[in-house]
Amino acid sequence: MATATTTHPAPRGTCPFAPPPAYQQAAQDAPVSKVALWDGTPCWLVTRHQDARDLLADPRFSADAARPGFPFLSAAARHIGAGKTSFIRMDDPEHGRLRRMLTGDFTIRKTAALRPAVQQVADELFERMTAGRTEADLVAEFALPLPSLVICLLLGVPYEDHAFFQRCSRTLLSRDSPIEEVAAAQQELTEYLDALTDHKRTHPDDGILSRLAARGELPTEEIGAMGRLLLIAGHETTANMTALSVLALLRHPDQLARLRADPGGTPAAVEELLRWLSIVQSGVTRVAIEDAEIGGVLIRAGEGVICQVNTANRDERRYPDGDALDLARDTRRHLAFGFGVHQCLGQPLARLELEIALDTLLRRLPGLRLAVPFEEIRFRHEMTVYGVETLPVAW
Amino acid sequence: MIVHVDPDRCCGAGQCVLAAPEVFDQRDEDGTVVLLDARPPAALVREVADAVAACPGGAIRLEEGAPR
Ligand code: SF4
Repeated sequence: MATATTTHPAPRGTCPFAPPPAYQQAAQDAPVSKVALWDGTPCWLVTRHQDARDLLADPRFSADAARPGFPFLSAAARHIGAGKTSFIRMDDPEHGRLRRMLTGDFTIRKTAALRPAVQQVADELFERMTAGRTEADLVAEFALPLPSLVICLLLGVPYEDHAFFQRCSRTLLSRDSPIEEVAAAQQELTEYLDALTDHKRTHPDDGILSRLAARGELPTEEIGAMGRLLLIAGHETTANMTALSVLALLRHPDQLARLRADPGGTPAAVEELLRWLSIVQSGVTRVAIEDAEIGGVLIRAGEGVICQVNTANRDERRYPDGDALDLARDTRRHLAFGFGVHQCLGQPLARLELEIALDTLLRRLPGLRLAVPFEEIRFRHEMTVYGVETLPVAW
Repeated sequence: MIVHVDPDRCCGAGQCVLAAPEVFDQRDEDGTVVLLDARPPAALVREVADAVAACPGGAIRLEEGAPR
């Protein structure tokens, strides 16, 4: 590969919701182009919708971090990739075998049956946040504890430990984490989940960890790796989507008014917010295991690729006027949950949580507004998953 | 239209159930696709085509055939 001119990650521009302008420009001029990673390694960047879809569905591109040439987006990611990883960093058939042990827990039907339980968690948090008050940090008091409580419930992990694993996952998902801290967090979380899994072997409950242990086919470290994946993915993503969605709607009063006027409109609004915000800002990484052409560009075996989901989801060819937040648009085939066999396993749960979170907040707090000037909101530029640190709101 | 599914390619994300619940379901044990109606009525052509396009695993295939 020749030298690259753009770096990854590129800085965002004036709109904190929009993808980096350099990538949006790339989507226009050179949709499959080269970027330089943090350590100077060249890597392909795929920015258009159809190319990203083609690539993520193509078995010639591997998700296995142990393969030569696999692109790591930070020193922290490289450290994590070198350790015991779960099935998101494996290829089929091994990936499929392990993933299918969990897919039964996240079917459309099972997830729909969780609605009353999730609504109850949301109601309790809402009551606590609003009781006798007119202001709160929406991230700390609602957006983060909601998915965190729910995934703990599903896994059978004591919620009392949430501060511990929130700290660990924060360290693991930050580009800026010193490598010693990443190693320590990785080890602490691994030891915690391994010990919990062993405990479940003798004290089973009806959580996912117990059920995986009861199958008797998996070593503790395999179950621990799955638990780690679900725990981190289960609260980071939905938490950030919730807070960022509320902020986006507060900044688009016309869209917010439209949503409030349409009681059944939340599921569609959630899809548009998923598309428009595309919070997995780091993109999705793969390595070519055979020479393959994407968007007319030849990618050679052993070369790394990043699918830049946030630009793909604003691709004008698929979403006319894609930079506009439009709750009425056709959002089908957005790539916010990825594509191909690795597409997000927990997406039915994420959708349910987002729908309930937005309905609870927006319909019960008609006067919801920012409690600080927009310019003071700090965005999570250094994190794999984009979002806001805190969201001070009033009502 | 005749619908074929390949459970070996299915990754259980349930996109097909969301797109065309009359035609697809998921197995309780592992979330893989269950075909409810291999010859769906013409009224469901759009939904089924959506399911094919949304399926991340490429597990659904359509074959030409007279609608029911
Ligand atoms: S959309 Fe495809 S991969 Fe997903 S459950 Fe249906 S058949 Fe399986």
